[in-house]
Parts: sequence; structure tokens; C-alpha cells
Amino acid sequence: MATIAEREEVAAPAAWHWTRVRNNRNFLGFWFMLPAAAFLLLFLTYPLGLGIWLSFTDTRIGRDGVFIGLENFVWLADDPVFWLSVFNTFLYTIVASVIKFALGFYLAILLNNHMPFKAFIRAIVLLPFIVPTVLSAIAFWWIYDTQFSIISWSLTKLGLITENINFLGEPNNARASVIFANIWRGIPFVAITLLAGLQTIPASLYEAATIDGASRWQMFRHITYPMLTPIIAVVMTFSVLFTFTDFQLIYAMTRGGPINATHLMATLSFQRAILGGNLGEGAAISTAMIPFLLGAIMFSWFGLQKRKWQQGEADD
Amino acid sequence: MAEQVSPSRQAAAAARPNLFQRWLERKREAAEGTDYLTSLPKRFVYVYLPVLLFLFILLFPFYWMGLTSIKPDTELIDLETHNPWWVVNPTLAHFNRLLFETDYPSWMWNTMLVAVSATFLSIVASVMAAYAIVRIRYSGSNWVGGLIFLAYLVPPSILFIPLAIIVFDYGLFDSPLALILTYPTILIPFSTWLLMGYFKSIPYELEECALIDGASRLQILVKIVLPLSIPGIISAGIFAFTLCWNEFIYALTFISSSENKTVPVAVLSELIDGDIYHWGALMAGALLGSVPVALVYSFFVEHYVSSMTGAVKE
Repeated sequence: MATIAEREEVAAPAAWHWTRVRNNRNFLGFWFMLPAAAFLLLFLTYPLGLGIWLSFTDTRIGRDGVFIGLENFVWLADDPVFWLSVFNTFLYTIVASVIKFALGFYLAILLNNHMPFKAFIRAIVLLPFIVPTVLSAIAFWWIYDTQFSIISWSLTKLGLITENINFLGEPNNARASVIFANIWRGIPFVAITLLAGLQTIPASLYEAATIDGASRWQMFRHITYPMLTPIIAVVMTFSVLFTFTDFQLIYAMTRGGPINATHLMATLSFQRAILGGNLGEGAAISTAMIPFLLGAIMFSWFGLQKRKWQQGEADD
Repeated sequence: MAEQVSPSRQAAAAARPNLFQRWLERKREAAEGTDYLTSLPKRFVYVYLPVLLFLFILLFPFYWMGLTSIKPDTELIDLETHNPWWVVNPTLAHFNRLLFETDYPSWMWNTMLVAVSATFLSIVASVMAAYAIVRIRYSGSNWVGGLIFLAYLVPPSILFIPLAIIVFDYGLFDSPLALILTYPTILIPFSTWLLMGYFKSIPYELEECALIDGASRLQILVKIVLPLSIPGIISAGIFAFTLCWNEFIYALTFISSSENKTVPVAVLSELIDGDIYHWGALMAGALLGSVPVALVYSFFVEHYVSSMTGAVKE
């Protein structure tokens, strides 16, 4: 047939080489990867390296810096505000993550029950996670207002307090308030992802345990928790990572105040680098966050490996 | 259903004409697993009550946002004459001020433009990358998959300082393009990871058939893989869109003039003059700014949840 003859002609020696190249996996792979790789190399890998380099220079806004070795870090090591921000970051991360995990897990177990309007309830539970953080932070800012706080008003009317609570003006109150707002935003994510995990646990396990006379706690401890361990590891890695590097909630509600009591490393680096103009010093604070992030990433990596092993999948 | 069960059961139900108990019986039959072992009062205390408490706390800030945005200023600062939990004379004055006396419409437009463009660019790049990693399997594709997962874990708050310098050097400072080009770094790792999972689930035989019939890789991607993975692409797109709308630190750092700002940044910086907080307008701004994401979310709840959980599970 004519078409076959034509094809053979096209595939004849001159074109042969080109067809082979075009179907070569690596050649194709290169072109398919190009757009994603361009974005990630230009705006992620390069800035990551540049940020580490900047932390060893004295760059200011509008002036290129020179290499000054560890001077930024030495300077930060003597800076009580930096150490306060490190302390705040750890306090914020640990307290918020533990409570988010406990309450999120509890909510996931509750939502795994049968109840009226189940789908609707699950949908609205995620709302705090969907709505832009800054916008809900502004709502919290108003709820925590010194004069017109609805919480203070209600507690006064109930006769529990006699004067308004200074939510964001007093260091420890401010810490508790921002941590509460962070927990409020984080619970839905933990709850909904763990709920997805809960639904994959076969009901037969619980039936068998019920027949064997296991209590609710025993079922949780010996079925639910072990079955969920891998997904918990991943969810909590994400949760810890995003809490540790949080910026918007603090910036919207307190800007690090009062007297730096709620400054996190991210907000401090913004203040020093963008508002203060010391790009080098700000970059040094960001760089100081990297070791912790690496720790969290390792943790997540092993969490993933364990899951694959449990499912009997090959590592790929 | 009670009507369809054996006659003895029906007789038993007739012997107890209590409607509530029959309802309970039906509920028990409908429930799966071992739920029927707990009685309704017990379920109320252990399940419904805590769920209601959670819902109250999770939804209260939205109620408060909505209520404040329609309260007249006099009611906002007067807690004595009226109960602040309710509104007596609702008003649209705050929305009016927001829409006609500030740049709010243009902030909305900026955010929408940035979110839609960045999502589109990211999805195109991610589809190609995910397909190459999962199906073309060039040498080193496993490594690249792992690196993309790592990129997912690099937070914007350690990148914004060097990125500010890069954005300035490229001459993108204070332009929406700065955000359109930097947001994909947050979105691509996530959507590639998610789409890799979807592509893996498409039978390889379909592609083999197409290859034998002489289709090119691009044709296979466009005509076979894409139509089959539309749910995955919608999921990734929805999630990416909400992430864009939520992004704050890049928008705060790279944009300086009022008319180019995105909603989250503008509400925080432009609606507050000095020490005077216009709480009504602030809450109205926060509420309106949440509407687009809430709308998109309400139409695609299942997609959204599957993308969120999928990204964690894959």
C-alpha cells in the first residue's frame, strides 16, 4: 500500500537518526521537565543558595555586600532578641503542634462516627483552613481587642472576670492568643487528613476486637493508632514545618510585639531584612532555620518509607 | 426499612408504638459496624456534643466577621445598650465604603489575576513534569521525584529575602508578574507530586496501544492521559488556587504600591489609618476576600479534600 511505502521512505536513513533521538527517553524527558525545572531552579534552588550566601555577607538594601564570614551569626549569638525569637518559635511550634495533633485526632475520630449531615459537617470543618490566614487572623485580632473583645464581654457578663483581658498587650497572654489562633487554623487540616486515614482501616478489625471484649481505649491503642502511624508521621511533619516557619498569623496580629514576646524567627528576619534593610542579617536568621527544617524533612522521609514497607510496595 | 423486615419484627415494632424507638431501630439498621452498640443518649454525650463544640469554635470567627461587617459603628463601640452577640440595625455602609471609597475592587482583581495565572502556569508545568517522571521514566527520574518532594518542604519564609533581590534585579519589583512567576515554586512541587499519583493509576496498556498506533508522546499526554486525569487536575488546580489566595509573605515583600496589592496584604495595610481601626470595614474586607475561595471550595469540596489527603498519602 502506498502509505506503507511512504512511511518506509520517511523512515529511510536520513530521517532514521532524528526519529531515534526524538523517541529517546532522556531527550523527551528533558523537554517535558523543562518548564517545571525552569521555575524551580530560577525561583527556588537559586534563591535558596543565594540566601545562604547572603547570610555570610553584609548586604543592605541598595548596596551589594562583601563576604564577612560568620560575623552575622556571631552578632546574632549575642543578640537577646534573636534568642527570644528562637525560644518563641520552639514554644509556638511545640505547644501548637501537640494540641493540634491531639484535638485534630479527636475531631477525626468524632467525624468518623455516623451522624446526621455528615458530609456537610465535614465540609464546613475545613473552612478555617480554606480562608486566607491573614483574613482570619484579622478576625481574631478583633476578637482579642482590648476594649471591645467579645470574649472579655461575655466573661464579664458571666461574672467570671471583672476587667477586660489584655489579650495581645501582655507577653504571655499574647503568646497564648497567637498559639490559639494557630491551633484554630491547623485543626481542620490534621482532622481531615487523619479522617481519610481512619476510613482506610478495615471495619472487620474493630468487629473482631469487639467480639474479643476490647474496650474503646484498647481498640484505639492497638488498632487505630498503629494503623495510622505512617500517615500521622507525614501529617505532623507538614504541620510542624508550617508552624515553625509561620509568618502571616504573627505579622497580622502582633507584628512580633509586645516587647518582642511573639517574634518568631520568620517575623524577626522580615523585620531585620525588609523593614530594617539588613538583608545579610535577615538571611542569617533564615539560614539558622534550615537545620531544623532538615530534621523535619528526614523525619517525614522515614515516615514515608515505613508506609511503603507496611503496604508491601517496592520503594521506587 | 421496618416495613420490609420479617413479620415477627414488624409485630414487635407494632407492640411498641413509640415512634422514637422505631426511628432508633431504623437508624441502628442503617448504621454500619459496631455503632449500634452505643445508645443514643451516650452517643449524644460522646459524639454530638463534642462535635457541636468543635463546630462552634471553628465557625465562631466567621460569624463574628459577618456580624461585625453589618453592624453600624455606633453599635460596635457601644457594648452596654445592645447585646454585642447580635445586630439591631444592620447596615451595608462598611461594604459601601470598601467598594466605592477604597481600591478594594482592584485588589480583588489583582489577586484573581495572580491566582489564576500562577495556577495555570503551575498546572501546565506540573502535568508535563509528572508525566515525564511517571511514564517517560528518563534516567534519574526517581531522583527528580524525590527532589520535587523536598522542594515541597522548602517554606517561602526562608526564600523571601533572596527572592526579593532576584525580583528587583529582574526588574519585576512592584508588578503582578513578580507574584505570577514566584507562586509556582510553591504550587509546582505539590501539584506534580499529586499528579504523579494520578498518572500512576492510568493503565499503561492504553498508552502502549497509542504508541503502537504511532502517536507521539505529546499526543498521548493530550489525548489519553489528560482526559483520564481530569479529576486529579481539578483537585490540584483548586488546591493551588486557594494556596495562591492565601499567600502573603511574597505579596507583602514584592509589591509596594497600593493599587498593585493583593487582598490579604491590602486589607492589613491599607484599611488601617494610623491608630484608627475601622473594624466594620476590616471585617467586611476579610469577609469579601474569603468569598472567592469559599465559593470555589464549596463547588469542589470532594476534589479539594482528595487533593489535600492525596498529597499527604502519596
